[in-house]
Amino acid sequence: MTVVADLRSEAAERFAQLGWPTPRIEEWRYTNLAPLQKVAWRTDDAPGAVDLPFTYRPHAVMELVFVNGWLVTGENLYRGDRDVHIADWERNALVALNLANQQDGAHIVIPDGTVVEGFIHLLFIGNGDGIWSHPRNTISVGKNAQVTIVESYTGSGAYFTNAVTEIVADESAVVDHYKVECDSREAFHIGNIFIRQERASNVTSRNIAIGAALARTEIHVALAGEGSSVTLDGLFVGSGRQHLDNRTVIDHIKPHCESFELYKGILDHDARGVFDGRIIVRPDAQKTVSRQVNRNLLLSESAVVDSKPTLEIHNDDVKCNHGSTIGQIEAEPLFYLRSRGIGEDEARNLLVYAFASELVDRMKIEPVREQIRRSLFQSLPQRLPERRGEAR
Amino acid sequence: MLQVRDLYAGIDGKEILKGLTLDINPGEVHAIMGPNGSGKSTLANVLAGRPRYEVTAGEVLFEGKNLLDMATEERAREGVFLAMQYPVEIPGVNNIYFLKAAVNAVRKHRGEEELDAMEFLQLAREKMKVVELDEKFMNRGVNEGFSGGEKKRNEIFQMAVLDPKLAILDETDSGLDIDALRIVAEGVNALRSEKHAVLVITHYQRLLRYLVPDFVHVLANGRIVKSGGKELAEELEQKGYDWVEEVA
Repeated sequence: MTVVADLRSEAAERFAQLGWPTPRIEEWRYTNLAPLQKVAWRTDDAPGAVDLPFTYRPHAVMELVFVNGWLVTGENLYRGDRDVHIADWERNALVALNLANQQDGAHIVIPDGTVVEGFIHLLFIGNGDGIWSHPRNTISVGKNAQVTIVESYTGSGAYFTNAVTEIVADESAVVDHYKVECDSREAFHIGNIFIRQERASNVTSRNIAIGAALARTEIHVALAGEGSSVTLDGLFVGSGRQHLDNRTVIDHIKPHCESFELYKGILDHDARGVFDGRIIVRPDAQKTVSRQVNRNLLLSESAVVDSKPTLEIHNDDVKCNHGSTIGQIEAEPLFYLRSRGIGEDEARNLLVYAFASELVDRMKIEPVREQIRRSLFQSLPQRLPERRGEAR
Repeated sequence: MLQVRDLYAGIDGKEILKGLTLDINPGEVHAIMGPNGSGKSTLANVLAGRPRYEVTAGEVLFEGKNLLDMATEERAREGVFLAMQYPVEIPGVNNIYFLKAAVNAVRKHRGEEELDAMEFLQLAREKMKVVELDEKFMNRGVNEGFSGGEKKRNEIFQMAVLDPKLAILDETDSGLDIDALRIVAEGVNALRSEKHAVLVITHYQRLLRYLVPDFVHVLANGRIVKSGGKELAEELEQKGYDWVEEVA
């Protein structure tokens, strides 16, 4: 038996032991996967041709397209065989499920000192009802290397994507990672991202959740080298009956590390959002600086958000703060815009977009910003101005 | 142009205006002065349609139409502009984008062609000069990081661009130094014409040195207790508001 086959069967065994997570588990308190378990999921063994919903070429230096978990187009220019195994499949059932059913994915190695100009795009397309896919990506960024990687998830039908991405940033590496989840509104999406940072590395993670009936993304960051820094930006925008769950765990293992986290939720209609952010500061992690903020904007009476920022600090020499807010569109700015002649709907739209723009505007890739803006407009069709402009 | 008839209004169940009557004709500049709590800002807010303000009796006609029946944005489109006492900061809403949307909403309402980006920028640049605002402010969020004086000048800038029929200035002079005061007054004076009217609400006489009113009204306890020409402002400055309250 090969090593991979070993891992597959071990992971399958582990998933059988763990079973599907239920809301009885603290980490799954707000998200119920019961509707997902009712489906007899199958792997698509021969994905048919799919029209590309969009492409970032020629902006992207490399674009790999996956359909239902299988690579269909694109060439990996940064292939390598550095082993990356940091995903926790012992405790995380969905990671075990991924490894047991692992399909294609991008295995990227950026050699020491290499600066990748532009960005790498990984496009995952789900297609068809009852199909599940288990892509697994590994990204190893060498010493003093730099890379920007964008993962996009989209598709049509009631499929289920269960993705795992593992990122290792070696000494002084700089990584900018985007995950843009715009899956079909009937789809299920689970994503697990594991990041391990060595000395003086700098990682930015941008986690955008707009699509899917039910989506959950977990991001686990291990600050395992002194002086490393991580920024976690998140934006989740839900309407209809969408359920969007975000869980982040930042583990400050070594001294002099910093983490900056800002997650924003915008929820309309009967949508439900979850932010569960845990920060652990280990006894050895002196001089830790950590800031965590979750802000939520509720646009309807029936939208719900559960916000649970948690700090676990095991030493005294730290600067940590965290907080969360839940609010509605504020009366004063709304009045101000209307008092200049702007209609109420458009004024609301401007304010919703303004709320998101803090995160969108600091993304460095213009075509990705544009793509997210478009997705926002599609997500809240009655509310956003450009959309109404088109209808006119 | 504006007829306020026996207006009773307040906020949170508290009656502040108690039978206010006022007529403003095109081409006129009126000043309303009064002590704190007399109802000056309430009048401005009721005319602009600020939420939470309630009108309990009376009527307000703007060019013969019932102003109080209109939504806030309709009032603006009809030509009523309120320069606010405390302009709010709105990060994430770009100043220029916002103002272009406002101008075009007003123009559309008037049956005029909407301005394209170039035409709008030309108009904006021209008016920016009047209030001596730097162009760099335009690409920020609305009022974001503006000083008190810059916010007030931005109000006058917006007014100049929107070209309202009736401009209401709610304590626009408060917190301004002499230079800013002069700039604000010049901005308003540039709007003066036989078609435009201005209502200046102020506690102090100093703005009225640069922006000379045709009529001065003294507001006390929710009513206009005395009206006169520009000399009334000076009289108030000398004698103080106690004098008015005695008269009332």
